[in-house]
Amino acid sequence: MKEQQKGMTIIVKTITRLTVGLILLFGIYIVANGHISPGGGFAGGVIIALSFIHIMLAFGKEDAFKKMNQGVASFFESIGAIIFITLANLGIAGGYFFLNFLSKGEPFKLFSSGLIPLYNIAISFKVGAGLFIIVVILMLFKITKEDEKK
Amino acid sequence: MTRILLPLFVVIPLGAAFLNSLIGKRIKGFSDVLSAIATCALACISIYSVFIFKDTGLIVYKVGGWIPPMGIAMVMDGLTVFMLVTVNLVAFLISIYSISYMEKYTEKWIFYCLFLLMVAGMNGVIISGDLFNLYVFLEIAAIASYALVAFGTEHEELEAAFKYAVMGTVASSFILLGIAFLYSVTSTLNMADMSLEIAKGGSPRIIMLVSVFFLMGFGLKSALVPFHAWLPDAHPSAPAPISAMLSGVLIKSLGIYAIARVFFNVLGTSPQVLSALMILGVLSLIIGGCLALGQWDFKRLLAYSSISQIGYVMLGIGLGTPLGIMGGLFHLFNHSIFKSLLFLNSGAVEYATGTRDLQKMGGLREKMPVTSSTSLIGSMSIAGIPPFNGFWSKLIIIAACVQAHHFAYAVWAVLISLLTLAYFMKVQRYAFFGELKERLSHIKECPFFMKFSMISLAVLCLAGGLLLLPGVFDSFLGAASDAVLAGKDYANVVFVAIR
Repeated sequence: MKEQQKGMTIIVKTITRLTVGLILLFGIYIVANGHISPGGGFAGGVIIALSFIHIMLAFGKEDAFKKMNQGVASFFESIGAIIFITLANLGIAGGYFFLNFLSKGEPFKLFSSGLIPLYNIAISFKVGAGLFIIVVILMLFKITKEDEKK
Repeated sequence: MTRILLPLFVVIPLGAAFLNSLIGKRIKGFSDVLSAIATCALACISIYSVFIFKDTGLIVYKVGGWIPPMGIAMVMDGLTVFMLVTVNLVAFLISIYSISYMEKYTEKWIFYCLFLLMVAGMNGVIISGDLFNLYVFLEIAAIASYALVAFGTEHEELEAAFKYAVMGTVASSFILLGIAFLYSVTSTLNMADMSLEIAKGGSPRIIMLVSVFFLMGFGLKSALVPFHAWLPDAHPSAPAPISAMLSGVLIKSLGIYAIARVFFNVLGTSPQVLSALMILGVLSLIIGGCLALGQWDFKRLLAYSSISQIGYVMLGIGLGTPLGIMGGLFHLFNHSIFKSLLFLNSGAVEYATGTRDLQKMGGLREKMPVTSSTSLIGSMSIAGIPPFNGFWSKLIIIAACVQAHHFAYAVWAVLISLLTLAYFMKVQRYAFFGELKERLSHIKECPFFMKFSMISLAVLCLAGGLLLLPGVFDSFLGAASDAVLAGKDYANVVFVAIR
């Protein structure tokens, strides 16, 4: 009974336990293939964030914080933006800001199109961590309101 | 090599903002130093760019090496240089001021992070040669400012920030809608290319509709009178450095600059649009001035005064004559200097006395000599007393009104100038002169960094008139008004620079 109070029902928890890894993997797939198929850093980042939010909804925020807490998320958010700006600045060495100076490779292959996949990864850090923090903050506000009623 | 400078205006503040959020919360004092260095670098580069522009003329930067109009362009012309100097100079002095002022708040690094994001947004709006990029940077600056208005997280601040966020979002949606309509007509987002497509003359009705949307959207961002309701709440609620930033430069770079750029260089002006701008300007002038007179809250008075002074700028630009545009832009520069100074003064008074109510102050001149003398300089500048910069710009605007045979507007400009003097006399009388109140006998002058910023701005108020000197005028103010006056010729100059 105590376990049930902390999150949702046993059915939701079991399904979550089975699917959450797949959701995370799918997010990573979307990010990694962003330059050759629909999707990319933003969409993949949202899916990655959803996998953590899923844990939070099903098991309660304590369990989710064991996997990813606010400090770590905040770190990833900042580091994503810094990676993005650094990559854009590296282009200046080749003559232009945002210049795609790596080898473009063969089209429609996973390792192609130069810097674009790296930009996607940086964006996925930023978006994933940012969205996770937004949901955490919304949850925290909800909890303080309930506490006030008590 | 000088081209590298253009992206730096966006990269430096963005990089500093995210470094702040990464390291600033772990090491105390890091964010102070980093922000001061970043904004100082920006101010130096912006002043350096005045000289570069003098030598090379208009510069177009192709982001990622893609050739505009296919790729994204950054364009530096006279107006851009002028606005960059205004924004970054004020941002630097405000960042120095914040070192001491923001001590009373917790989580200083969040403040600096948002502050630098706002600077990045404003610089981006100014330097972008692409209408959609202008919108994106405008949103960055606007969203950072919503959060900064709510920084105190008290009831009043949150209410003001919510109101500001709702109205700001409505304005942004109209701007976005306008851009979407323009894109549907011209099939391009590059401003120079768009200007050429519009000049071919199809679908004048949609251009008219887009003009109205932009007037509404950018008019709300610059707080012209029918759209001003958010400003008197938002500007006083923010911490003083941010009030200075919002009133000093944000409403100008997001509002006035965008109006000047879009209406003069992209859409092309028509007599209807110019008279609409003038009427909005004169309305703001009168209503802002009259409302300011009745205020007892120091910062609220300054906020209403901002509306009134923005009216002067808009009136000058709306005249559309060379003298009027020059006067309007000159007043824009001057206003960003003296209004930031006055907001910093109000912050210093609040820092020392803990109140913003003019009736609870009095005789601060004895206890706070630096604050009171700098605020006297600021008040005299804004009221248009001769040796100070405000006098010259108001004189030029009034002369331009007379020259363009708009005598009624000239009379209103003179009358409201007197009204400005009246409400700043009120500030001086109640806050700084008179007898020292009993409960204020123990207060002290503010710390060094705050004094440094206020004195620097006061010196700029005195020196502002020197911008009209022949050698200085051409490379700074003259270049800016030439860029606005060039009108649709902007497109040709940009395309020549691309080749």
